[in-house]
Amino acid sequence: MNINLTLLAQAVSFAILIWFTVKFVWPPLLRAIENRQKQIADGLAAGERGREELAQASERASTELTSAREKATGIIAQAEQRAAEIIEEAKGVAKVEGDRILTGARAEIDQEVNRAKEGLRQQVSLLAVAGAEKILRREIDARAHGDMLATIANEL
Amino acid sequence: MASETTLTPSSYIEHHLGFNTSSVGEGGFWVLHVDTLIMSVLLGVVVFGFLWWAVRGATSGVPTKRQAAIELLMGFIDNQVKSIFHGDRHVFLAPTAFTVFVWVLFMNAMDFLPVDIMAWIYEHVFHLSHWRSVPTSDVNATFALALSVWLLMIFFSIKVKGLGGWVHELFCAPFGSNPLVWPANFLFNVIEYVSKPLSHSLRLFGNMYAGEIIFLLLGMWAATGLTGTIASAILGAGWGIFHILIVVLQAFIFMMLTVVYIAMAHESH
Repeated sequence: MNINLTLLAQAVSFAILIWFTVKFVWPPLLRAIENRQKQIADGLAAGERGREELAQASERASTELTSAREKATGIIAQAEQRAAEIIEEAKGVAKVEGDRILTGARAEIDQEVNRAKEGLRQQVSLLAVAGAEKILRREIDARAHGDMLATIANEL
Repeated sequence: MASETTLTPSSYIEHHLGFNTSSVGEGGFWVLHVDTLIMSVLLGVVVFGFLWWAVRGATSGVPTKRQAAIELLMGFIDNQVKSIFHGDRHVFLAPTAFTVFVWVLFMNAMDFLPVDIMAWIYEHVFHLSHWRSVPTSDVNATFALALSVWLLMIFFSIKVKGLGGWVHELFCAPFGSNPLVWPANFLFNVIEYVSKPLSHSLRLFGNMYAGEIIFLLLGMWAATGLTGTIASAILGAGWGIFHILIVVLQAFIFMMLTVVYIAMAHESH
């Protein structure tokens, strides 16, 4: 245990090593670590933000989906209503058309009946005239009685 | 393995504990322990050169294993300093603690080198008849560290409190500022200032020196015959394993005391 100059030399090298560490070893390492800590913190924050955005987006998507569904339901309802309306309309038109056709046919039938009646009337009058002519050939003045018959035929 | 022709236990121990001295002037003080200096400076250059090399390429991205290991050590020491010191530790104290821990750890770790094999290598490869591998088992080395810390302690004390504040504290702490207790305060502080570097350096020195002595005693036992060889091999292995703890623990204690002393210098009473 003899104290000698070694002590001073050792102290000098200690001082140099401290200076070296303070200057060249510690700061770059500290900077690297602090930068990494910042990066990790930023990354975590970004992840958190991303998750929040995802939640918001999915919420938005679900609202959109709901509204789209509602809209679709509305459109379908409208379409059904419109279809019903069209059917009603068509029914109405068809009814009118049918009525029209029915009326036409009825009118035609009436005409035909009238015409047939007219013909029959003529034939009946002719037959009556012919019969009367045969029965009353001799004594009856054909012309005077013909006028009388014509008056009757017109009264039928 | 000694150069002497007759090998006695005392000459064996004496040889192993002899320094490689180099006289640079008159008297006992102007002597250099070349082995202590070379070993400590060499370790400093290699270890801190490695740190510098590893740190120069330090990235804030994914670190290499090398960088991660250094960062783990750094984080560990930084945490210790943070719990003790409340100023801006990155300016000086934390890197100083780092320096102390790493350097003392590696100087202590020289104790793992097997004493006799290394003595043979120093003798026959480097032609050095005396060479101590463990710088921290030289009281000069531990005193140099402790006194440097002591000076730093006084420096920061004066820097933080001013010269007047420091002198005031010498006389007015811990018992109070009454002039009657000034002598007691001063005596107390002187004792504290003397005991701090002594306990700081002698703790480390004592542990490392004792460790070395035990290895030497086991080595002596090994020379007594087969039983001694086997027993000392087993005990030497056990002591070596236990020494892993001592080496790290003493480096840690030395660092912690450094931090505590310098941190205390920053606090006013």
